[in-house]
Amino acid sequence: MFKGIVTVSLKQDVLDPQGQAVQHSLQTLGFPEAQNVRIGKSIEVWLAESDAVKAESRLKEMCDALLVNAVIEDYSFEIVEA
Amino acid sequence: MRCAVLVFPGSNCDYDLYKAANSVEGMEAEYVWYAGDSLDGFDAILLPGGFSYGDALRAGALAARAPILKALRQAADSGVRVLGICNGFQILTECGLLPGALHRNSGLRFICDTVSLEVSNTATPFTSGYAERAAIPVRIPIAHGEGNFTCDAETLRKLEDNGQIVFRYAGDNPNGSVANIAGISNLKGNVLGMMPHPERAMTDWMGTSDGRILFESLRGC
Repeated sequence: MFKGIVTVSLKQDVLDPQGQAVQHSLQTLGFPEAQNVRIGKSIEVWLAESDAVKAESRLKEMCDALLVNAVIEDYSFEIVEA
Repeated sequence: MRCAVLVFPGSNCDYDLYKAANSVEGMEAEYVWYAGDSLDGFDAILLPGGFSYGDALRAGALAARAPILKALRQAADSGVRVLGICNGFQILTECGLLPGALHRNSGLRFICDTVSLEVSNTATPFTSGYAERAAIPVRIPIAHGEGNFTCDAETLRKLEDNGQIVFRYAGDNPNGSVANIAGISNLKGNVLGMMPHPERAMTDWMGTSDGRILFESLRGC
């Protein structure tokens, strides 16, 4: 069994209004060094698969098929034993 | 003209759309459930607004992979008219029938309002009826939190060059969309996605009947 952890982020050139609002809030709270905030998401997928290489390639297929919208999002992932 | 109104779990403008289409003479609408596999015999397919699958993952993402989508793609490829409104538009971009993506409004707020629209292309089967009054902004309601249309520069250039930008916000842009885009079509012109709700603008007591022209154009083609 493996667990895939997919980190999805908005592409750098896509405006992130949520991140902007959070950055503003951080500044108000006394964190002037928080110059830029981008909000993404983390998706964990448990795979009933014994081969790490296979698990990785299936996870990539899932990202392309559904988990990530390549028009506005980038992603990276890692596979760990679960 | 036979129209299918697709119904997904979480659609909530399906009844409005069904009523709107059925109120147009010569148009007959019926519901088609998302789990179906056939859209044979329909002249137009309408995707309603709402929150299909509760907007899980991304707005429209799961509906764009629902069983009925196979039949929708086949119908679109064969030239059948497809209209996606609000969540329907999100589904059409998610499934790739339309380019770009719709994400969070730039002001973060969900916006419910009636807006002015410029009909940028009256040569589509959905907008031909607006030709005579192209100079007058069309008033149609919007209600969305994720209507901020975005695409890369190359895609935008193609949309502009090919006349695929069908509706633009004429006054203030409510959601931060690129080039004030409110609705686009595919290259062939038979698939239209738009954030405004024409089905909520069918009679004067609704505040505006400007949406009716869209349905009448569709019926006329």
